Amino acid sequence: MSFNITNDLKPTIMIQRFLDLEWKQFTRSASFGKSVALKIVMIFFALYFIGMFLIMGVAMYPLLKKISPESDPFILFNGFIFFWILGDLVLRFFFQKLPVMSVKPLLVLPIKRKKIVNFVLNKSALSFFNFLPLFAIVPFGLTLIFNGYSVSTIVVWMFTMLLITLINNYLNFIIESLAAKTELSFLPVILFAGSLYTLNHFELINIADLLSSGIQSVAANPLLLVVLFFILIGLYWYNFTILRNKLFLDSSLQTKTQEVQASNLEWTKKFGDIAPFMQLDLKLLWRNKRPKSAVWMLAFGLLYGLFFYPNPIYQDKEFLFAFVGIFVTGIFLINFGQFIPAWDSGYYKMLMSQNIKYQQYLKSKYTLMTLSVILLFVLSIPYVYFGWKILLAHFAAAVYNIGVNTYVILLGGSFNRKKIDLNQRAAFNFQGTGAVQWLIGLPLLLLPIGIFAVFNFAFSFEIGILVLTLLGVTGIILHQKIMQFITKKYLASKHKMIAAFDQDN
Amino acid sequence: MITTTNLSKKYNTNPVLNIAHLEIPKGQSFGLVGNNGAGKTTYFSLLLDLIQPTTGCIKNNDIQVNLSEDWKPFTSSFIDESFLIGYLTAEEYFYFVGELRGQNKADVDALVATFEDFFHGEILGQKKYLRDLSKGNQKKAGIVAALIGNPEVIILDEPFANLDPTTQIKLKQIVKDLAKEQGVTVLISSHDLMHVTDVCERIVVLEKGEIVKDIVTSQATLKELENHFAGTQKI
Repeated sequence: MSFNITNDLKPTIMIQRFLDLEWKQFTRSASFGKSVALKIVMIFFALYFIGMFLIMGVAMYPLLKKISPESDPFILFNGFIFFWILGDLVLRFFFQKLPVMSVKPLLVLPIKRKKIVNFVLNKSALSFFNFLPLFAIVPFGLTLIFNGYSVSTIVVWMFTMLLITLINNYLNFIIESLAAKTELSFLPVILFAGSLYTLNHFELINIADLLSSGIQSVAANPLLLVVLFFILIGLYWYNFTILRNKLFLDSSLQTKTQEVQASNLEWTKKFGDIAPFMQLDLKLLWRNKRPKSAVWMLAFGLLYGLFFYPNPIYQDKEFLFAFVGIFVTGIFLINFGQFIPAWDSGYYKMLMSQNIKYQQYLKSKYTLMTLSVILLFVLSIPYVYFGWKILLAHFAAAVYNIGVNTYVILLGGSFNRKKIDLNQRAAFNFQGTGAVQWLIGLPLLLLPIGIFAVFNFAFSFEIGILVLTLLGVTGIILHQKIMQFITKKYLASKHKMIAAFDQDN
Repeated sequence: MITTTNLSKKYNTNPVLNIAHLEIPKGQSFGLVGNNGAGKTTYFSLLLDLIQPTTGCIKNNDIQVNLSEDWKPFTSSFIDESFLIGYLTAEEYFYFVGELRGQNKADVDALVATFEDFFHGEILGQKKYLRDLSKGNQKKAGIVAALIGNPEVIILDEPFANLDPTTQIKLKQIVKDLAKEQGVTVLISSHDLMHVTDVCERIVVLEKGEIVKDIVTSQATLKELENHFAGTQKI
């Protein structure tokens, strides 16, 4: 028996094997073609950000000099680092995923658990998010040196920034793993960043200044780098223990039996032949962790207007009303709709072999989204406090959501080839927080805002509202025709969807 | 009832199924046996229009399955656990399937009640979601769901696997009754030669996607099959 062979392999060979597996997972997945297209879009985004950061790094010194000529740009910049860290953390939370391989099959092979965990963690250090800041830090550092700052101080400073970036990297995974345990997955990071910001803002503790002087002293005294190193090692170690504890077969095999929450859904009978699907959808929403968080997002979306409306700066920015309106009345539509029909991916084969009409299945989803828009519009009526224009804009946005966006998102769903595991436990549940969903969201939000902004600018607020409403009404009138068209699209991609939902990745 | 003509399925250039002609008459209990990769599940998936044939077609009661959906009302199936909806209880699942097949709650209750001893008290009234049941119990629920709504064609892929001996025996009785007394066409695939010969009137052996044997079951069938699978594979 060659039982020990893999254990005796050199670490480099082992890592090569792991990388090989990752590559195969990428190229052999069902959504490969789409992934490539998406990767290209992502590369453009990446290049854009790299460009922005480069410009920022180069222009920072002259800019700071211009803003306040008498203060030291280096110290001024360090004052901003606190906000940099907060922003970085929030961004990472939404866009950076822990690079977890499908490790389950590896667990029963003779590979040391430690090695798998270390590989996953080390790989994360090579993330784009860790390189991005360098594009700003290095040019800024170089301009500082060029302007007569001590070379050693600046080099140490750059190194400090690199360490802070890595600390953020590992801190994020800890926050994410905490977040995965709760239903309101985005809450911990908002809470964490928010409370730090508040503490700083009201000067209970002036973290920004503390951090700034901390970084200054590290730059002046390289020995203090040790402190940062210790923090980094501590975070790495903590991540390591979290991950290693999760990496047991029984943590994925063991199932917690859930108590059944039965509820009477007789009222859905009013909707006629789509009632069984609506009942199914409602149970789907209520009994599974992933879709349930889409319901919780309702509260978040509803309060979204409060970010803008109380602020007098936005009082005359009318295009913003349309944006907030689309968002507030459409939050459920976007959150739920973007994963149609992937919500049902686990039993899609069964649905397709059953005696169902596709149109009924889709109409149930449509009805659910429409109901949510109406409900959210009604709940958002109190915003009228900030002006009647807001109410009007919300109304137009709601009609547009019902008459256009529902179809757009249903149509988008026919291109959906990614399975969702409803049963997935908290362990590695970062699925769906990637950039993909944000990309889908763009046309839904930007198109109506663009249309409104154009008419608002060219004619008047009322005309803009009228156009949005008319577009929505047209969609509602053409409901049958559009649904038939969408149904055809779904039928055409039926076999592709079945095949893709059958895959695990 | 089910007519297969010139059916083939290829993945890239790799043929996985090739059936020139196969006719399954109404009310027959039909068994499909073969080693792994013989094409059993592929055939059932084609029959349910879950995958597309490379050439040829299957007609279910004169309806070509990949062109029309009209075969769905009288055809039911249980292929694997992906046919279950994990977040429903067994009862809710039965009612859902019932509604899709035009049965009200009372109809479903009446049917399900006849399977009480098959369930062995572990399915109904459990206040558990299907995803929390054991594999064997999930299978029982799936098989019974496939019987809801008086289907004329029932397709079961590997129904005996994962079941305990008591349930296997009960299931055999159920399948026999369906074909004999109610005239239902039952299609079963299995690795277990003994079970299929017990249950099926006719057995077809698939090998690398081709039909190599088509036997009307008799006393000698089990021996014949055993010899076939034990012997050196000749292609």
